Amino acid sequence: MSITDIQVTDELVHDDDHHEEHHEQSFIFKYIFSTDHKTIAKQFLITGIFWAMIGGGLSIIFRLQLGFPDMDMGFLQPFLGDWISNAGKLDPEFYLAMITMHGTIMVFFVLTAGLSGTFSNYLIPLQVGARDMASGFMNLLSYWFFFLSSVIMFVSMFLSTGPASGGWTIYPPLSALPQAMSGSGMGMTLWLVSMVFFIASTLLGGINYITTVINLRTEGMTFRRMPLTIWAFFITAVLGLLSFPVLVACVLLLVFDRSFGTSFYLSEIFIGGEALPNLGGSPILFQHLFWFLGHPEVYIVILPALGITSEVISTNSRKPIFGYTAMIGSILAIAFLSFIVWAHHMFITGMNPFLGSIFMFLTLIIAIPSAVKAFNYITTLWKGNLVFTPAMLFSIGLVSFFISGGLTGLFLGNAAIDINLHDTYFVVAHFHLVMGSAAFFGLLAGVYHWFPKMFGRMMDEKLGYIHFWLTFVGVYLVFFPLHYIGIAGFPRRYYSFTNFDAFSSFVDLNSFVTVAAFITFGAQFIFLFNFFYNIFKGKKAPLNPWNSNTLEWTTPRVPEHGNWPGEIPKVYRWPYDYSKPGAKDDFIPQTVPYHQTKESNTDFENEESKKE
Amino acid sequence: MDNTAAIFANRNFKIKSINAKKFALWLFIVSICMLFAGLTSAYIVKKSDGRWLQFEMPDMFLYSTLVLVLSSIVMHLTYLKAKNNSLKAVKIGIASTAVIALVFFYMQYLSWVQLVAQDIFLVGNPSGSFVYIFSGLHLAHLIGGMVFLLVIFLDTINYKVHSKSMLAIEMCTTYWHFLGGLWIYLYLFLVMSN
Ligand code: HEM
Ligand SMILES: [Cu+2]
Repeated sequence: MSITDIQVTDELVHDDDHHEEHHEQSFIFKYIFSTDHKTIAKQFLITGIFWAMIGGGLSIIFRLQLGFPDMDMGFLQPFLGDWISNAGKLDPEFYLAMITMHGTIMVFFVLTAGLSGTFSNYLIPLQVGARDMASGFMNLLSYWFFFLSSVIMFVSMFLSTGPASGGWTIYPPLSALPQAMSGSGMGMTLWLVSMVFFIASTLLGGINYITTVINLRTEGMTFRRMPLTIWAFFITAVLGLLSFPVLVACVLLLVFDRSFGTSFYLSEIFIGGEALPNLGGSPILFQHLFWFLGHPEVYIVILPALGITSEVISTNSRKPIFGYTAMIGSILAIAFLSFIVWAHHMFITGMNPFLGSIFMFLTLIIAIPSAVKAFNYITTLWKGNLVFTPAMLFSIGLVSFFISGGLTGLFLGNAAIDINLHDTYFVVAHFHLVMGSAAFFGLLAGVYHWFPKMFGRMMDEKLGYIHFWLTFVGVYLVFFPLHYIGIAGFPRRYYSFTNFDAFSSFVDLNSFVTVAAFITFGAQFIFLFNFFYNIFKGKKAPLNPWNSNTLEWTTPRVPEHGNWPGEIPKVYRWPYDYSKPGAKDDFIPQTVPYHQTKESNTDFENEESKKE
Repeated sequence: MDNTAAIFANRNFKIKSINAKKFALWLFIVSICMLFAGLTSAYIVKKSDGRWLQFEMPDMFLYSTLVLVLSSIVMHLTYLKAKNNSLKAVKIGIASTAVIALVFFYMQYLSWVQLVAQDIFLVGNPSGSFVYIFSGLHLAHLIGGMVFLLVIFLDTINYKVHSKSMLAIEMCTTYWHFLGGLWIYLYLFLVMSN
């Protein structure tokens, strides 16, 4: 190819050469340093699953401490070593380390990298009709930066001084002063290094996702014909691109405070009776910068899950998604609003009450687009021919969590109520339902739905149902009681409550939550078995197992690099023509032109068919 | 090869609007903008918080700004030369841009020396620390730009930059102008707030 053609994304062409000539790639380039978006997606997924088990395992250990504070934890000594005292007690500082790691792992490594990394990578090229991402190489870098960041974070857990322990929000001065607690030393340093690579990974991925959606859509794939999954991934990537750099700014100043002695976040601090030299900084500044990322981040986590849900619910209700335009509009509105509400995490920092009420007002407005989405899911389900696949059940579960967790957001969004509830278990209940569990269910729904495409085989439905019901009921049993515990005043991130008489009547409830957490966590092993066993032994999947309209189901059972063996299919219609009146089948794939469906066309579509 | 080229020729209609790589560069620029927007708003928030030390910005910053503008002009002329296929001028142009950038580096360093002479250190009141962070982080991005210059310099030697293959040099020019604009923004921001 001549140099003049440099305009075309050349990496893609090279990959295609391979595909056409059927060169056998070596194992390393096919499965490890692959530039194929499908392989990279699977790498993200498996790494995400690994992290989810670590993050979940940590929560089980600290739940034991909370539910059964008198328990002898000697049996954990083989795993935790010196963090368990000889009397069988968990080290209080390690408790803080565990909740910090749990939060960091779940928010960033599982629900950001595991979710967006997997499904944006997997679905964007397949659903917009592209042979691969705009830059396969950047995509490869994105995964390996994530991998490196994972290794660093993992290593930090084995330091003798423990990993970072100041909470996933790493507020200074605790995080800024290595002498403040043992986790603020090397553990915090590794946390920061790991996050730098993580952010680089997210930005590389995000730039790729946006570019692919804008530039590489197949013929006919207009924005108004894009599946809602793609809309969600696209806007998520935009959010990440705009908010993660601010986290870089935030972390950069923290690094300077930690390592070079500047005073951005520090002022007038005494340690052990001695005054530190730092003057003139403010820890509140950190909170502003952190939450400017932090709030969009929670939507970075939930939007892809909502996108997956839109697709799964519409397919399995055999009905067009209710309010396609409203769905796009609400994604855009949520994305926009998420940048101007960050201070609702800071109502008790002594901010000007007038400013507080502005942020309160903006925060409550987010309830509107969120409610639009919830209503649209329900109206899509309403009177549909529901097909209860495991993916569908998990999607419905997501809607349930999104509503019950979103409602408590309305309480927290009111500054006057939040002053009572801030930093209690009520907040923990709120975000575990609306973000944690909902996004986790989105991830699971996506895996159950696209597993046949990813691995060419089917997962077991029965195991899927058992997994769903145990997890769904389990999540409510774990997190619903936390509302009461929070209202009763339990502060979050406390190692033990046995010293407070007022809390003694809640001991049983806390034990109950721990037992429920055990069952929920245990149920995930059913999924693990179902997932890994069926990658190798599952029933071979049909080409379009869910009778779905989107483009990925037009590829071969196991698509090679390049996705479609021949030309890329053209797109003639939106992806939601399910149960169209007059149509032969209850679904019409996006690749079917209007002139082949005279019986079900509207007048407008008949006009369109003349142009085809 | 022919086969795939045909497939791509087929779908070039999409790529006609904006080239994917150029687009990705713009997205990268957006993320850098957000980084500095975050930092400058941190500056504003911190300043309104009080306990703020006012000081004069060293005048060396003004001269370095002019030098950086000069490098942008040279870069742009180089780009125009590439359009005319005067490859020799392109090589000289890229090299001079890089040399001027090195001068800029040195002048930034001199500005820091001036700051130190004014008793403004990296460690101290945040008002001074911010100046070091802004200029230092800008230099870090400029290093990226220098690497880019090196890449297109090698491309030019290998006859990969000419009127029909402008993408790389065009992207480099865009990034270079952006770095110039970014510094002007930071400089004006600092001058107006001090
Ligand atoms: C109706 C919409 C929502 C409102 C009004 C709302 C409001 C709030 C408020 C005011 C807080 C701060 C509570 C405190 O710390 O005192 C909060 C915390 C939180 N919210 Fe929401 N929220 C909403 C939806 C969501 C959604 C959709 C997500 C995630 C997908 C989410 C994730 C979180 C998280 C992670 C925290 C806690 C962060 C932490 O302190 O560790 N919220 N929410
Ligand atoms: Cu928020």
